[in-house]
Amino acid sequence: MIVSKQKPFAEILAALEESRKIFLVGCAKCATVCKSGGEEEIWQMQEQLASAGKEVTGSIVIDEACHMLRAGRDLRGRKEMVGDADALLVLACGAGVQSVSAASEKKTVAGLDTLFLGNIRRLGQYEEKCSLCGECVLTETAGICPKTVCPKGLLNGPCGGMQDGRCETDPDAECVWSQIYKRLQLLGKVENLRNSLPGKDFSRKLKPGKLKIEK
Amino acid sequence: MISRLQRKLEAGEFVITAEVCPPKGTDCAEFLDKADSLREHVDSINVTDNQGANMRISPLAAAALLVRSGIEPVFQITCRDRNRMALQSELLGAAALGVVNVLALTGDHISFGDHPQAKPVFDLDSVHLLDAISGLSSGQDMSGNPLHGAPHFYPGAAAAPEAEPFPLTLFKLEKKARAGARFFQTQAIFTPGKLRSFRDATGHLGVKIIAGVFLLKSGGRARYMNARIPGLSVPAGIIEVLENATSPLARGVEIARRLVGELRPYCDGLHIMAMGREDLIPEIIKEVR
Repeated sequence: MIVSKQKPFAEILAALEESRKIFLVGCAKCATVCKSGGEEEIWQMQEQLASAGKEVTGSIVIDEACHMLRAGRDLRGRKEMVGDADALLVLACGAGVQSVSAASEKKTVAGLDTLFLGNIRRLGQYEEKCSLCGECVLTETAGICPKTVCPKGLLNGPCGGMQDGRCETDPDAECVWSQIYKRLQLLGKVENLRNSLPGKDFSRKLKPGKLKIEK
Repeated sequence: MISRLQRKLEAGEFVITAEVCPPKGTDCAEFLDKADSLREHVDSINVTDNQGANMRISPLAAAALLVRSGIEPVFQITCRDRNRMALQSELLGAAALGVVNVLALTGDHISFGDHPQAKPVFDLDSVHLLDAISGLSSGQDMSGNPLHGAPHFYPGAAAAPEAEPFPLTLFKLEKKARAGARFFQTQAIFTPGKLRSFRDATGHLGVKIIAGVFLLKSGGRARYMNARIPGLSVPAGIIEVLENATSPLARGVEIARRLVGELRPYCDGLHIMAMGREDLIPEIIKEVR
C-alpha cells in the first residue's frame, strides 16, 4: 500500500489562499486505509474548510485515484460541482493527484505527502519494507530487504555502526543484517553470507518508470 | 610507488598512524601545522572524509596538501556522498596527486552530521568500493573500460572488533579481504582482550591490523561519544575513572598510553585519534616508538 499523511491544515489553507470554492477528491484505496483521504477525512476536511470561510462545491472519493480513466470518468460525473470550483483539493497519493490534474484544467492542490510503499503492521502502523528498486534480492537475503531496511542500503553486511545488533541511526531498531543473520541461522544457510552481492544496477530503475505489457 | 605504510607493514615493522581532521573552510594552516608536528612521530596521517557527516574541506585536497608537504596521507573515502562515478574519479585524482594509502569506508549516516537534509548516496558499499579500487589498480573502471594510466593504491578497510554479533561482522571482513583490503584500521578499542580475539579470528585473512586508540578528554566527552559516534563504546568503568580524576585530560592520556602498550602485542600498528589534541600524541606513543 502507498502510505501517505495529510499536510498540516495551515499549509493546505495557504495553498488555497486564492481559491474560495473548493472541490474535494479522496481515494477509496490506500489513502482510506491510512486515514489520510477516505470518506471520513474528506468529511472532516469539508468541515475545516467551511470554518475557514471556504465554500466546498462537492466531493468525491474515487475508487482508485491512481486509475487515470476512472478518475477522469468520476470527475466528469460531478461536472457541475467541479466546474463551479476554483480549485480541486486532492487527498490521495502523488499518483492520485496527477490522475486528477491530468483530467481537469482546474488548479490542483495536493493535500497529502506521499511517504512510501508500506506494509501494514496493524491499523495505523505502517513500515517500509520494499523500496521498489527494480532488482529484487530477497531470495538471497532470507526474505528481508537490506536495500530498504538498512538506512544505508548496504548489500554486504552491517556497517561499523552496528552495536549489539542495533542500528546506528536508531538504537531501538535491530540492524537488518542482524535480522538476516538470525533468519539464515534458522534456515541453516549462514554460509550464504559468504557471497558478495554486487552494487545495484540503477539502469534498471530509470525515472520515470514505465511498463507496457505486450499481449 | 610503494608507500611507507605499505613498505613497513609488509616488512613486518610496527607502524603508527594518526588522524588529523581537515578544516571546515579553506584555511589549512592549522591542519598543516598539526600534521607537520607529527612528522617525526608517525608513519602516515589519516585525513577524514567529512567525519561524522559534518561538511569540511575535501579529504582529497587535504591529502594532496600533505603529499606536497612531504607527509604521507591515508586518504579516507566514504560511500556516503559520492556515487560510483564520483568515487572512481576522485580515486584517480588522488593517485595522480601522489596518494597511495586509501581507507575505503561506508561512512557515518547523514543524520549524524550538520547537513541532515542532504541525500545519503550509498550507491556502493565498502566492499564494492574495495572492488572498484582493485579494478582501477588493474587498469580498468567498474564498467570494464581501460584506463589511460592505472593507479597504485594500498587499500585498507575499517573493522569494529567490539561489534556484536561478531561472526556476522567477520563475514563482511572476509569479503573486504577478498575485495583487496590489505590492512584493517579498527574502531577505537578499550578492551585489549577484544583485539586479541579479533586477531585470532581474522588471522587467516592475511590482513594487517592497525588498532585504533582514542584519546578521551573527559568523562562527559566520553559519554557524548558513546551517544554520537557510531560503533564507539567507552566502557562505564573508564568513564567513571575520568569523571573522578582531578585532571581528566592527563588521566585520558594515561589511559591511552596504557592501551597503546596493552594493544601492541596483538596488532601490526596503532592508529591514534586525538580529536584536536594531536600535540599529545608523542606522549601517548612514547613507549612503543
